[in-house]
Amino acid sequence: MIGDLMKPKVAFFDFTSCEGCQLTVVDSLQTHVDLLDAVEIVQFREAMTEKGEDYAIAFVEGSISRASDEARLRRIREQAAIVVALGACAHLGGINAIRNAQPLDDVRKYVYGDKADWYETYPARPISAVVKVDAVIPGCPIDRDEFIGVVKALLLGKKPPLPDYPVCVECKRKENVCVFHKGGFCLGPVIRAGCGAICPTCGDGCEGCRGLIPNPNQDSMSDVLVKYGLTVADMLARWTMFGTYQQMEAGS
Amino acid sequence: MSNININIEVHHVTRVEGHGNIVVNAKNGVLEECRLEIVETPRFFEAMLRGRPYTESSHITSRICGICAVGHATASLRATENALGIEPSEQTVLLRKLNFHGEILDSHVLHIYMLVAPDLLGVGSVIPLVQIAPEVVLRALRIKKLAGDLCAALCGRHTHPIAMAVGGFTHYPTTDELLALRARLVDARADMDATVALAKTLPWPAFTRETEYIALRKEDEYAFIDGTVTTTDGGRYPISDYRKVTNERLVTHSTAKHTAHKRESYMVGALARFNVNHDQLHPRAKAAAAELGLTPLCTNPFLNTAAQVVEMIHSIEDAIQLIDQLVARGIRPEPLPAFPGKAGEGFGACEVPRGILFHNYPDAGDAGAGV
Ligand code: SF4
Ligand code: SF4
Ligand code: SF4
Repeated sequence: MIGDLMKPKVAFFDFTSCEGCQLTVVDSLQTHVDLLDAVEIVQFREAMTEKGEDYAIAFVEGSISRASDEARLRRIREQAAIVVALGACAHLGGINAIRNAQPLDDVRKYVYGDKADWYETYPARPISAVVKVDAVIPGCPIDRDEFIGVVKALLLGKKPPLPDYPVCVECKRKENVCVFHKGGFCLGPVIRAGCGAICPTCGDGCEGCRGLIPNPNQDSMSDVLVKYGLTVADMLARWTMFGTYQQMEAGS
Repeated sequence: MSNININIEVHHVTRVEGHGNIVVNAKNGVLEECRLEIVETPRFFEAMLRGRPYTESSHITSRICGICAVGHATASLRATENALGIEPSEQTVLLRKLNFHGEILDSHVLHIYMLVAPDLLGVGSVIPLVQIAPEVVLRALRIKKLAGDLCAALCGRHTHPIAMAVGGFTHYPTTDELLALRARLVDARADMDATVALAKTLPWPAFTRETEYIALRKEDEYAFIDGTVTTTDGGRYPISDYRKVTNERLVTHSTAKHTAHKRESYMVGALARFNVNHDQLHPRAKAAAAELGLTPLCTNPFLNTAAQVVEMIHSIEDAIQLIDQLVARGIRPEPLPAFPGKAGEGFGACEVPRGILFHNYPDAGDAGAGV
């Protein structure tokens, strides 16, 4: 019983998302059932009916894309000692923010026509635009092993470790043929590693789902850029599938 | 009966994908309101694709749903290929079918074991089942892992596929990987026997509701990718006429659009596919259907889950057969087709786990696509 009292209570929440990160959590638990002994899940709408409000760690999936969702996120922030952004939608705005580059009225009318004002929306944003975020699990979707690693670090009271070097480092370690060499485009030189360079390993360029490395100008893989005649600025400008929100913030 | 009052409001239905509220009101035995409210935020994918390269469409639209990511990517690729006049090679078609079975297995096992079974077994989630019935949970996890590994070998990961591209793949499984998966698929037959046995014991509510069922149909196989839109009320349409069955309309209480064909509503998904295409199921799947008492035309919507069990067996058998074909042919890297220089309107359709899915790109040119 005492052991149970010591178990931190965790909860999962979602906003504007595809639920893929929560599904990845479910998948990670399959191979780390031990984690279910270390924490008590009190809320996970997608997987369970029970519902507790006394959580200490909140994992939040999804972007905030309408004003009325802000209050719910603030309540979560008030309750939880630790708020973790789960995946690119929550961390960056991600895919949801692609539409931010177009006029909002036009976007709404394109999909809902003359009924556009029936459905509340505003430009999509990461959860950090609304509340303070204590930790981030990047990716679209998150990486299973990294999720387990972050949870373990949080349980030990440590700051979860995230690599601050670019995807290229992992890609070169895997001895992949560079996507640029095959005539493609890849954001690996400026994007944060930690996914095992899974996209270049599968023959496709990195699209930047894990966000930028902390100092792209200093730490990008400039040998790759030099070889293919590109600059960090070229890279940043191409980072729109997941980084439109950041691009627009930087530009404004 | 006449003085019965019912007032049900379920706020955020649990153990479902997506966000929904259920409202049911009856006064003096007369139903006043019965509503499913989809309260998700609108996401505007149609607008997102505008002005972006066609090669990105499948990567962006797979993010519509983490569960049927492969299905969205496949329907998107078919629409883009249709717009560009690109015909995928035989190898690509085989690999996509195999990939698709991985997703059907992944989604159905999740739904059957983790979302539905806890209700029918009287528990709040799959977690208490770990104690009460560990073998059931372990079986589900085994199948789930197999499904995930199958997708990962083909497209990098199930959510969200990486290696599926317009006109082909950017990565290929090795023969050894395929043979290892084949062995696990063969082993999964025993797990599916046990799944059928479990499904037989579950207390399915006895309830029928006649309606129209709509699914893709192909002449030569149980359709998941491409086909003719076919309804149990007798309609048949080419995919390019999909609007004749969607007839989308907006409602204020739900961000999901409503659709109707000849009646007020229709059903899609595993039961619809079973009702439309049962004759094309693998013999093992047919035998399972018979054992579960599933006969077309089945109008008990709860048995959609039983139809999922049947489809899982079909997918396992067809996946084994596809691997045999791929191994016999030998997998060769194939270059992706270049942009053919012009593009028209494109249509693509798939049967994702939860039902028929259309992608329609009015202008899929190099710089622009829309849904
Ligand atoms: S980050 Fe990607 S996988 Fe995760 S919820 Fe958002 S769209 Fe889905
Ligand atoms: S640019 Fe991309 S493909 Fe090339 S080494 Fe870096 S991560 Fe790998
Ligand atoms: S390679 Fe790039 S796009 Fe792919 S998972 Fe890693 S960070 Fe995300």
